[in-house]
This record gives sequence, C-alpha cells and structure tokens, in this order.
Amino acid sequence: MLAFLARRVLIAIPTIILISVFVFALQKLLPGDPLLVLAGEERDPEVLEFLREKYRLNDPIPVQYLAWIGNALQGDLGVSLRTNQPVTELIAQKLPVTIQLAVMSLIFALVIGIPAGILSAVRKGTVTDYIANVVALSGLSIPNFWLGIMLILLVSVKWQLLPASGYVPLSEDFWQSIKTMLMPAFVLGTALAATLMRHTRSAMLGVLSADYVRTARAKGLSERVVILKHALRNALTPIVTLTALLFGELIAGAVLTEQIFTIPGFGKLVVDAVFNRDYAVVQGIVLVTAVGFIFMNLLADALYVVLNPRLREQ
Amino acid sequence: MTQVKTLLTTALIGAAAFGLNAGAAAAKDLRIALQEDPDVLDPDQSRTFVGRIVYASLCDKLVDITPGLEIIPQLATEWEYSEDGMSMTMKLREGVVFHDGTPFDAEAVAANIDRSQTLDESRRKSELKSITGVEVLGPYEIRFNLAAPDATLLAQFADRAGMMMSPTAAAAAGADFGANPVCSGPFSFGERVAQDKIVLNRFADYWNADAIAFDSVTFVPIPDTTVRLANLQSGDIDMLERLAPSDIPQAESDPNVTVASEISLGYQGITFNVNNGERGDTPWGNDSRLRRALSLAVDRDVINQVVFENAFAPGNQPFPPNSPWYNTNHPVPARDVEQARALLAEAGFPDGIDLEVQVANANQPQQLMQVVQSMAAEAGINIKLTAKEFATLLADQSAGDYQASQVGWSGRVDPDGNIHQFMTTNGGINDSKFSDPKVDELLNAARVSTDQAVRKASYDASRDILNEAQPIVYLYHQKLLWALNSKLQGFTAYPDGMIRLEGVTWAE
Repeated sequence: MLAFLARRVLIAIPTIILISVFVFALQKLLPGDPLLVLAGEERDPEVLEFLREKYRLNDPIPVQYLAWIGNALQGDLGVSLRTNQPVTELIAQKLPVTIQLAVMSLIFALVIGIPAGILSAVRKGTVTDYIANVVALSGLSIPNFWLGIMLILLVSVKWQLLPASGYVPLSEDFWQSIKTMLMPAFVLGTALAATLMRHTRSAMLGVLSADYVRTARAKGLSERVVILKHALRNALTPIVTLTALLFGELIAGAVLTEQIFTIPGFGKLVVDAVFNRDYAVVQGIVLVTAVGFIFMNLLADALYVVLNPRLREQ
Repeated sequence: MTQVKTLLTTALIGAAAFGLNAGAAAAKDLRIALQEDPDVLDPDQSRTFVGRIVYASLCDKLVDITPGLEIIPQLATEWEYSEDGMSMTMKLREGVVFHDGTPFDAEAVAANIDRSQTLDESRRKSELKSITGVEVLGPYEIRFNLAAPDATLLAQFADRAGMMMSPTAAAAAGADFGANPVCSGPFSFGERVAQDKIVLNRFADYWNADAIAFDSVTFVPIPDTTVRLANLQSGDIDMLERLAPSDIPQAESDPNVTVASEISLGYQGITFNVNNGERGDTPWGNDSRLRRALSLAVDRDVINQVVFENAFAPGNQPFPPNSPWYNTNHPVPARDVEQARALLAEAGFPDGIDLEVQVANANQPQQLMQVVQSMAAEAGINIKLTAKEFATLLADQSAGDYQASQVGWSGRVDPDGNIHQFMTTNGGINDSKFSDPKVDELLNAARVSTDQAVRKASYDASRDILNEAQPIVYLYHQKLLWALNSKLQGFTAYPDGMIRLEGVTWAE
C-alpha cells in the first residue's frame, strides 16, 4: 500500500510542474497590460516603466517563469501587484476561510445527498423517488448566486436570523463564525448534494440487484442491515472518488458563493486578482489549489484501499 | 522579521483590547461598505477611488473642498500666490501631531512633497510637476516655488498629493508604508485583512477631535450592489457607497434607510480615434460632421431613463451642467435625427455608415451602448459593439487600436483635470490624439491663470471649438449615491464622492 501511494505521489510531481507552466503561460496570453490598470488613471509613462522593471515584466517569459518557480520552490510566491502584500501571507490568511466553507458545504452535501440517494434507490419508482429526483435536479439547476441573494433577502433582511454576509474567524467567536458561514455553506452544499444524490442512487441501484444482496435478504437479515451494511458499503467506493473530485467543484463554486456572501476566501481572492491582473496572486492561488486537488485525489486513492480489501493485495 | 513580529503583537494586543471594548462601545463603531477592496494604503502609491474614501478618515490634507468645490483650510490655514504666480506661500495649522506623535510642521510638509516627487513608486509625480523647490520659511510657514504659474495646485493639495504622512514613519517604512500607514487624520490605522476589512481607531490627539463621534470605523468591501443594500437593511453595516440606480426604489421604500446623492465630477462618453495611428485615418476620425451626427442621433434623456432609472445627469461637456465651468451657450442638445442624417449626407454617406465602438464587458456600459446603438441606427449609423475586458480596452485605446471607445473619467476638483490631459496635443492621456493649436493655447492659458474669470473665458472658448470637433461625444454624468442607516445624522454628500465623518453622529 505504501508503495502504491509513493507511486501516486511521484506521478503527481510532473503534473504540478505542467500546471505551473500552463498557468504562467495562460496569464501572459491574457490581453491587456496589467500596468495600465496599476499606474492609475493618469498612466504616467515614467511610473509605467519603473513598475515594468520592478516586476521584471520586460524580461523574456521563460526567464520570468524560471525566476518565479525558483522563488516558489523556496516558499516565496512574490508580492501582490495591487496591495504589495506577500502572496504566501495572503494565501495563509485565506486558506482557513475556504477550508471552513468547503468542510461545512461538504457536510451539508453528504448529510443531504447520501440519505436522499439511498432512499430514492430503495423506493425506486415511488413518489419519494420522483420527489427526490425533482429536488436534486432543482439543486443542480438553480444558480448559486440567485439562491444566495434570495436567502440573504429572506433570512437576513426579512427575518433577521443570520448575518447577511462577511466572515468571523473560528478562533474569534466559534458560534458566530458557524452562523455566518451557514448560508453560504448551504448554498454551495445543496448544489453538490444533488450530484451526490444522483450518483448514490445509481450506485445503490446497481448493488441492490446483485446476487449477494438477494442472498442476504434470503438469510432473513433485516432490511436495514441489508441496505446499510451489505449494499451501501459496496456502493460507497465510487461515491468516495466523487466526493474527492467534488473538491474541485467546491473551489469553483466557492468563487461565486464567496463573491455573493463577501467571504474573504480563495474564490474572492482569485476573482479580484484576475480582474486586477494581479499575476503573482493568480499564479500562487492556482498552484496551491492544484496541489490541494492532487492531494484530494491521493486521499481518494488511499480511501479506496481502506474500503475495498481486494485492492490491498496489489 | 522582528519588526513583523512586533507589528503582529501590537495588532494582536490591539485586537484583544478592541474585543474587550466591543461590548460596551459597539454603538460607536461605524461600518461602511465599499464597492471593492482598496489597493495599497499609501497616498503616494494608491490609485483607487475606494482607497481615497478610506483616506478621508485616515489622512488629513493640506486643504479640503466644500460641496460647492471651493478650497478651504485643513492642515494649511492660509495661502497666497506671489504676484507673478511663480510661487505659493502657505501658513500651517499649529498643534497638529501625526498618529505616531511626530509633530506636524513645515519640515514635515517639505518631506512629504519630496517623497511624492521622488519615490520611485509614486503616482503623484505628474500632479506635483509644477513644484520646482520647497522653502521652509518658519516652523509653520512654507513656500512652493513653481516652474510656471499653476492654478491647479490647490486642487491637487485637496486630494492625495496633499495628504500628509508622518515623515518619521515614511522614512522608516519606505515603499512599504502602506502596510501600516501613519497620517494625522481623525482616525489611526488599526488593522487590515485583505478583502475582509480595514479597521481605523479614533485618534485622541486629533486637532478637530470634537467633530468626531465614533470610536472606530470599519470599511468592508462588498462588491455586489444588491448584497450591499441587503447588509444595510439587515443592520450589518451602517452606510454604503455607490448604491445602484436600480436599487433606489428598494432603498427609499425602507424607513430605516436614507439615500443621499450628488452629481459626480466625472463624465462618461464615446472617445473617437481622431489621429492615433492608422485606425485614426477613417471617415470617423477625419470628418467631425460624422461625430456631430452621432451626438445628435442619441437622446440623452432617454439614455438616462432607460439605463439609469433617471438617477444620473445627461451631459455634453467635460463638466456637468450644474458646474460653474459649464458653458451654457452649448446646452445638452435635443435629439435631431433629421439633422444627423443631413450631416451624414453632407459628409458623403447618404446611405448610412458603419462604426465600431469598443465597450467594457460590464452590465452598465453594455446597456448604455445598446441603447445608443438602436438610436444611432435610426439615423443611419450602424454601430458594431466590441466588448472587451477593461484592461484590454484601455491598452487598445492607448495603442490606437480602436475606432471609438466608450470610456469615462472619474473627474477632478479642478476643471483642468477633466480636459487638459485629454484635449491638448501632448496630453498624457490624449488617446484620441486630437490636436488643435488654438485649443492648446486656450487650455494652457486656463492652467496658468489664477483669475477665475480668465479661466472661465478660456474654457468657454475651447468649448466653442471642441463642440464642432467632438473628439469626445459626452453622454452623461454619474450621480454618486449613498445609502445610510436613518439614525445617522449630519452626513453631507460631496461631488468628489468622499465620506467625511466630521459632524456625523448617531441620533439618540
């Protein structure tokens, strides 16, 4: 198992290098000069030239890339063109915020998605199944930003139950932090719950018609044990992969959700950075996100092995 | 590193102390929502509108303005141009200290001007270009020697170029001053979490401390306009800037919300490529009759109604119609499709003509241009819209790779800032590359004279020429809109869009 994981880690390294090259190259392909925006409305040519030199934008792109990746390997991702803050510091500030959002959303997604999937598989073709499907499809189709604004207007403005937006660190005030994050996590979580529900349903349907499930029923085991112990455990493997892959969707979804609820996390950081052509920040975030994504895939691989004893032999 | 640690510790202690007080003095914190997160908080380096809103509470300036744009004392109490206009002498306020305890005096002013002019990263160089030397005449008296008479200097001192930073802090921090700005305004810098908040704390030794009613101000960036208003209605914030015109009805229907407004100093319009490279050599660049035809083809009142819910101000000059600099001989033209068609025919295009306009890929500019497009079509002008992301639009505009561009200007206190750099031959942002020796002469004359009547006559005369040439077809002036908690009293709307907290209080 260790050898298996070590192999996966080794494969991940060239992937990360490729990603870093792509991100760097794509940014340079973006039209528009970041400095025209940075130099202010007057666009003083003297200031423009100074900034170009300072951020080495006059160097050939491969030289710029090597300088950046060299520093990145030493843990220095450069400074934000807009605010002069070090990128590593910005990322360290934002990471806990987005992780909290991701974890809370995932909890929503799992708690809603998996039971709903099991229920609609077990009651296939009944009214319960149809209702679950309609709800899941709505969850997939309702745009995050619309649901977000509606929730703010209802829950915060009308009923004044939860704060409309913003962020309180967990360490500052635990309950306030959870309360502030509840609506955005719900918005993000429901969209994922829909995907999870659909997949759980089809995985369960496949397993429920398998011979060993019939055997289990024939043995006289209770329906509860048959479904939760025999069927679910086998249906779970694809769902684990999916959950790990949903992490990518979480980050993408966080971009919009964080914008609506003004949560100072990764998503908001990257959107602002792209619009301000804040190269160093975009590169840093994409690199860290890519590494995170690869890590989640590794985790899924490891969980596979835990869940499926057959893989342990290989 | 130790410095960073000390900073962190100070911030932590500060935050802890703040946390303890929060219960007792919660009502004394003022939360203001900004449309975006400000850039670096160094008056010499920063460039955003929202950054200036933070400075209004953080950094005092040499002079300030009234809502009617008159220059009034702030850190300078008196000023006078010399006979020949080649220098200006200023008397300074006594007994003022910076947030770090450094006294404010003539030496401090000299150090600030020097930093604005010489710091490599400074964005203020062009604003203070006319100052050739600074003489300290006494502890509270200073003289600026000028390369040529400069009527715009006072207005520059009323903005970032006139903001005074502690010379001790500035010398120690260098270009990193923005991480912990030290000025002399009513509030001192507390903490900043990027994209989350900027906290300023009341400065006990402020020279005008009696006018300030809050213990702290927190600025939070909330980009979505609807969410910004929802936060005000739910009580999470106390005030917001740039309410969207489409949200006015909702704001006004809420008894707990007050809306304030003022026409901004800026403008929006369509800039034509008149002579900027190859693409300036088209009928649109060469024949002013076509540009006049477009101006006549659009109904500016309809634009205001359809796109801006009647909240903005139609315009046809670089200054809004309520400005003292507006030339009343050229009022906002009524729509005249017949006349527009006649001009096209006269220019040799009786069957109509195509025009490509680049426009920023945001909602409002696109809506604006779609309305213009449909109105122009009725006059035989077939507009093709090319949507570009703003940075690209600017780059193409400055490189001359455009035929016409929907763009605007945020506006300056002095009229010179709205016109000189766009319409003079060597103007720094004359992307249209319009050039007319008579206009150059008039605008240069207006810049050096300190006699308002002379200046007004020069701008009026330049308008006569520019109204014929129309290198920029002006369309409207934005109105700045604020929404505030109705319990906040004493707020005054200023055309520069700044939020001045002197005299603002919570009603009991």
